[in-house]
Amino acid sequence: MSLFENLSQKINHVFSKLRNKSGLTELELKEAMREVRLALLEADVNYIVAKDFIKNVTDKAIGTDILKGLDSSQQIIKLVNEELIELMGSKLSKLAIADRPPTIYMVCGLQGSGKTTMCGKLAKLLSKDKKVLLVACDIYRPAAIKQLQVVGEKAKVEVFEMGQSNPVKIASEAVHYAKDNSFDIVIVDTAGRLHIDETLMEELKALKKNIIPDEILLVVDSMLGQDSVNVAQKFNEDLNVTGIILTKLDGDTRGGAALSIKEVTGKPIKYIGVGERMEDIEPFHPDRMASRILGMGDVLTLIEKAQDAISEEEARKLAKKLKTQSFDLEDYLDQLESIKKMGGMRSMLNMIPGVSGKIKEEDLDEKAMEKTKAIILSMTPAERRDPDIIKSSRRKRIAKGSGTTVQDVNKLLNQFEQMKTLMKRMKSGRFKLPF
Amino acid sequence: MSFFNKLKEGLKKTRENMGRKFFEAFKAKELDGNFYDELEMAMISSDMGVTATEQVLEELKSTLPKKKITKPAEAKEELKRILLESIDYIIPEYTMPLVLMISGVNGVGKTTAVGKLAHLFVTQGKSVVIAAADTFRAAASEQLEIWAKRAGVRIISSMSGSDPAAVVFDTLASAKAHNTDVVLIDTAGRLHNKVNLMQELKKINKVVEREMPDADKRNLIVLDATTGQNAVTQVDVFNDAIDIDGIILTKLDGTAKGGVIMAISADYGLPVYYVGIGEQIDDLLPFNAEEFINAII
Repeated sequence: MSLFENLSQKINHVFSKLRNKSGLTELELKEAMREVRLALLEADVNYIVAKDFIKNVTDKAIGTDILKGLDSSQQIIKLVNEELIELMGSKLSKLAIADRPPTIYMVCGLQGSGKTTMCGKLAKLLSKDKKVLLVACDIYRPAAIKQLQVVGEKAKVEVFEMGQSNPVKIASEAVHYAKDNSFDIVIVDTAGRLHIDETLMEELKALKKNIIPDEILLVVDSMLGQDSVNVAQKFNEDLNVTGIILTKLDGDTRGGAALSIKEVTGKPIKYIGVGERMEDIEPFHPDRMASRILGMGDVLTLIEKAQDAISEEEARKLAKKLKTQSFDLEDYLDQLESIKKMGGMRSMLNMIPGVSGKIKEEDLDEKAMEKTKAIILSMTPAERRDPDIIKSSRRKRIAKGSGTTVQDVNKLLNQFEQMKTLMKRMKSGRFKLPF
Repeated sequence: MSFFNKLKEGLKKTRENMGRKFFEAFKAKELDGNFYDELEMAMISSDMGVTATEQVLEELKSTLPKKKITKPAEAKEELKRILLESIDYIIPEYTMPLVLMISGVNGVGKTTAVGKLAHLFVTQGKSVVIAAADTFRAAASEQLEIWAKRAGVRIISSMSGSDPAAVVFDTLASAKAHNTDVVLIDTAGRLHNKVNLMQELKKINKVVEREMPDADKRNLIVLDATTGQNAVTQVDVFNDAIDIDGIILTKLDGTAKGGVIMAISADYGLPVYYVGIGEQIDDLLPFNAEEFINAII
């Protein structure tokens, strides 16, 4: 998925310059933040939102000891990530359901934002376990009703229409119809309009007053430029919308609207449209979106998993062993267990930026790890602590016990020997272990 | 009404909302850092993009001292001159028969633009036929048929889901038989990253070149004035597929300024042919660069 690729690439570029640097000067931070700001603006993030964003991150970084730390650039990425999540709404926001059916959703937005298509996608998604009615209230655009009918057919959902009559009347009739025929959900597709078209905005207000929707969903084209906030603000002022749906996030959209609208309106983004097929709709997770923007794979989850799998005490012990070169097969076994606890090699690698997706099935033999484990478990504690004592007859016994061959045992012992040599070269402090 | 008055009317809200940013900037007493900051904000807010904005600001910063300009009001004229230079192109006159292929991503107003173009050519005394080659979107040809009726022109369409290139072929055959002046081709809206749909566009393009090799053929891309920097990517990809000749900028009657054409015009050397400033059938006008700049700043 190429979502936010531009923004993600640029921000990554900024941080890659900082990586492996211990300590940052305020000047370096400000220069990096200037580049982040440009990246945000190029992604169509609103000018003011971008400015505030940069100020918040910079202030937070300067206010703490982050700049002095060894991993300051990591810490700053973490700050940026947190700030992005904050900007987009911190948590998943679900659609409201009425106490007594039917639940009514009113869908509005500018012309060409993708309202009618989105109504169909929502209908299809919700009709999995609910009875859904689509209502055609766009009486202005030529053939809009026909389009909703086609979309309804694709979604296998009934469409209510009364031709070009008054939208308020159509909607009220539709709600009655829904009650009489025990529909759970009514989705009202309204005419696209410019937010500055007062007459049409009045019509939406009248519609709202009449059908009292449980949600007023504003559909916003994610390709909108700097004007997106004005549009959202005006709709929100007039209608007090309850949620936002972003469409067309499947082009190599820069998606700045996604970053600006929640901040400006205070209303959550509930769904995103990600393609032309009826199934191409996803709930909006601010945290996952933030990770995507930063091209982070999902490093934070990885770090959390590592923290869960290895206690600080264990980590310290391990570090000491490495330093004194008393790392043995017992410890190696512990490491293998930790990797398993973290969800296995594959899931770990997939969370690492730049690696995800590039690992081929054949490159990664999860079974090999199981084999290694079996071999070590077939050794006596004395053998694990001092592998040098494992000579020919012991090797045969271990191979038999673990259901492997002597060659497998040899291979493992050789690998371990190589690893130890490698560790000797790692002068403590200069070469940091990943955990 | 003249282009200028109409545009001004259409851009009234734009001026009230965002023109104020330029206005505030030029209210400055002197040309200091603060003045340039405000100008930057005004330009980026009008979707001119970071690169174009920085280029323009740099040029302004270097020419103002050379010309000994110290007053913001004079600086404003200088800014207008720089902006004008980047979008002022001479569009070669049309010769008949003319084939205009209208493309662009979903929802920018292609179908509406085709309807309005038909009307515009009819008022100029030309005969027009429309090819409804958007066989993809639900009810697209129904929408276009209504427009064709309003404009009073012929339209060739076929069943939904059929081959767009075949519709174009039929339309060109009809145009040749009737000696029609102008052929307008409405294509399916496509997100520019959809490879198949871009191939389809190439195929249509080939059909036109083969069937009417002597026609004056222009490929126009429709851009939504409210679109941000994505418009640059759109032009980039469509231009790769079918060599774009010019731009139709729609929905200029909202609060957006369409500043993104500054970035595009400069980078691609593409002239803006028409602008759409309202919902009425005569709300599509030939573009006038100078008046456009005057109306937005």
